[in-house]
Amino acid sequence: MLNKFRDPNLSRKLLDRLGDELDGELRFMEVCGTHTVAIFQSGLRSLLPEGVVHLSGPGCPVCVTHESEVNAFLDLAGRDNVILATFGDLMRVPGNNGRNLKQAQADGARVKVVYSPFDTLKLAKENPGDTVVFIGVGFETTAPTIAATMKMAREQGIDNLQVLCFHKTVPQALIALMDDPDTRIDGFILPGHVSAIIGLEPYRFIADRYARSAVVTGFEPVDILQALVSMVEWRNQGVARVENYYTRIVPDQGNPTAMSVMYEVFEPADALWRGLGEIPGSGLEIRPEWESFDAKKSFGVTISETPPLPGCRCGQVLKGVIRPDECPLFKKVCTPAKPVGPCMVSTEGSCAAYFKYQVD
Amino acid sequence: MSDKVLLDYGSGGRASQRLVSELFLKYLGNDELNRLNDAAELDLKGRVAMSTDSFTVDPIFFPGGNIGSLAVHGTVNDVAMMGAIPRYITCGYIIEEGLPMSDLERIVAAMGEAARHAGVNVVTGDTKVVPKGAVDKIFINTTGIGEIIVDPSPSGDRARPGDVVLISGTIGDHGLTILGTREGLEFEAGVQSDSAALNHLLVKLVQELPDVHVLRDPTRGGVATTLNEIAGSSDVCVELDENALPIRPEVSGGCSILGLDPLYLANEGKFLCIVPGEYEEQALEIMRADAIGQDACRIGVVTDANPGKVVLVTQLGGKRLLNMLEGEQLPRIC
Ligand code: SF4
Ligand code: SF4
Repeated sequence: MLNKFRDPNLSRKLLDRLGDELDGELRFMEVCGTHTVAIFQSGLRSLLPEGVVHLSGPGCPVCVTHESEVNAFLDLAGRDNVILATFGDLMRVPGNNGRNLKQAQADGARVKVVYSPFDTLKLAKENPGDTVVFIGVGFETTAPTIAATMKMAREQGIDNLQVLCFHKTVPQALIALMDDPDTRIDGFILPGHVSAIIGLEPYRFIADRYARSAVVTGFEPVDILQALVSMVEWRNQGVARVENYYTRIVPDQGNPTAMSVMYEVFEPADALWRGLGEIPGSGLEIRPEWESFDAKKSFGVTISETPPLPGCRCGQVLKGVIRPDECPLFKKVCTPAKPVGPCMVSTEGSCAAYFKYQVD
Repeated sequence: MSDKVLLDYGSGGRASQRLVSELFLKYLGNDELNRLNDAAELDLKGRVAMSTDSFTVDPIFFPGGNIGSLAVHGTVNDVAMMGAIPRYITCGYIIEEGLPMSDLERIVAAMGEAARHAGVNVVTGDTKVVPKGAVDKIFINTTGIGEIIVDPSPSGDRARPGDVVLISGTIGDHGLTILGTREGLEFEAGVQSDSAALNHLLVKLVQELPDVHVLRDPTRGGVATTLNEIAGSSDVCVELDENALPIRPEVSGGCSILGLDPLYLANEGKFLCIVPGEYEEQALEIMRADAIGQDACRIGVVTDANPGKVVLVTQLGGKRLLNMLEGEQLPRIC
């Protein structure tokens, strides 16, 4: 089945159609890092007609983790009786002074890379004298699993597991992008995995309020091309639509079970995004009933605006105002080996993708 | 001998002697090694190629070989890539106390067989036993030496625009076998290490072709890293054709499960060969006539478009960079 979505001949035809239909410019943004990588890896980016302007948005949770959030977890690392548990991709994200979890670990902090939030249950059981703090970073895709982990911990009477909750939700970030006077986006490629949880409804405003189109789509070239062709056609017809082209994975109504677990434990709150600043209602906070799991409360963590990393243009990259290779630090000071900003750290960050795949 | 390797065996005393005579000489013995002198006397003529490598592979036994055969193949192949006939190798064993004697025997036996097959003699060696935990089971170092038979030797800085890039067989088998075994994955029949001595085929190739520009075995870092090194030192662009890459379906399947790219996986029985375009057919014929080269094919060309870079022409016909890897390739986390 996959082959159909990778078929070079079909892709050719779609590319031709895209070229034919296009008069003027189409500025499209993919929200999800996995799409960014797919567009480069398949070579699609080099084949898109000139009028198609490709922007990579705030789609990687690692990239949008705010400097002050990074400082907050770096601050927790190394405290007595704290074991920090995290997904591996946060290990190299630099805080304000360039320090990261890898260095904290070398300095003696107890940091444990886990493959699933559920691994933290075992970790907590094995270390009864310590508090295991899981760094909760991610969108609607990861938040339900973490909520489920907290529920399990409560059922099993585990009281030394906490979550440092920095979860963010995608639709509100898109509103902020559309409201930003600096950005110009004609259409969105919507994330596959996030949409599998939240469904299509939360994106309707893109067409209704902003008269722009958006398509939920898969990660194969044919998927992506079909979405682009449709968005151009709709524009030519003078309509704006939000559609689901990824029905093989994403139900229109999302995953109500996952959503209800998520909202049982978390509630919407304002959140700070790297580069985008504070966006109302764009984050998740642990509900008062689950307060005993809230590392922010028990460690008195406060998140406030801290200055961005000097020289880093991640904010403009994330908003699609500049391309990564337009950042003066790109490839010079900032490389995957020595990243200045998180967009270069995450394997799916847009700067890393440009560094890795762009021919010249 | 006891059924486990004890610290005594590395002491230099009787126990060491017993280990050498009852185990090492049994499998590796030859006229030179049997003399047990402090150093070996070698008979070499002309320009000489020499290479050394240390083998620390985990697991030490894997489908398709073990650390003993690997330690021979790795070094013999490195010497042969210079257009040389490998003649002698040395071996240094660092063994963790407590290693089952039967494991050691299997390893030494595999080393002996690999050396015989490659036509090299192990002429000197060393054994150390270290306390538990000081090494992981067993490390082996081998050094190989051979006589160079062509002038100029193939070299990483001799790729030229107009050359073709050939590979002797499928990509990624060894690396996936090792990582998969480590992750505890059982593979379908067919995925196993390709570890093999390439020297006989390589000698034929450099003798029969008028000019071979580059020979390299894409071991650690895989095809992508090796080609990046070549593109860099020759200051040319290597353009790879994704459609032409020989990758077993089992390997690409295993890679997608683990989130790995076969182009960055190690190979231990394959070589890359860059020759002027006009020798393509002849080179492929020679390679395909040999069992270890039967899947040989052309995977790319050398151009002057983007000097120092490796560009992948994708199945769609688009182009993207195939960069060096930053650090080690790790199975998927996210
Ligand atoms: S690296 Fe990829 S999968 Fe991991 S958080 Fe970033 S976008 Fe998601
Ligand atoms: S290249 Fe580096 S410094 Fe520039 S925006 Fe990207 S991550 Fe930030």
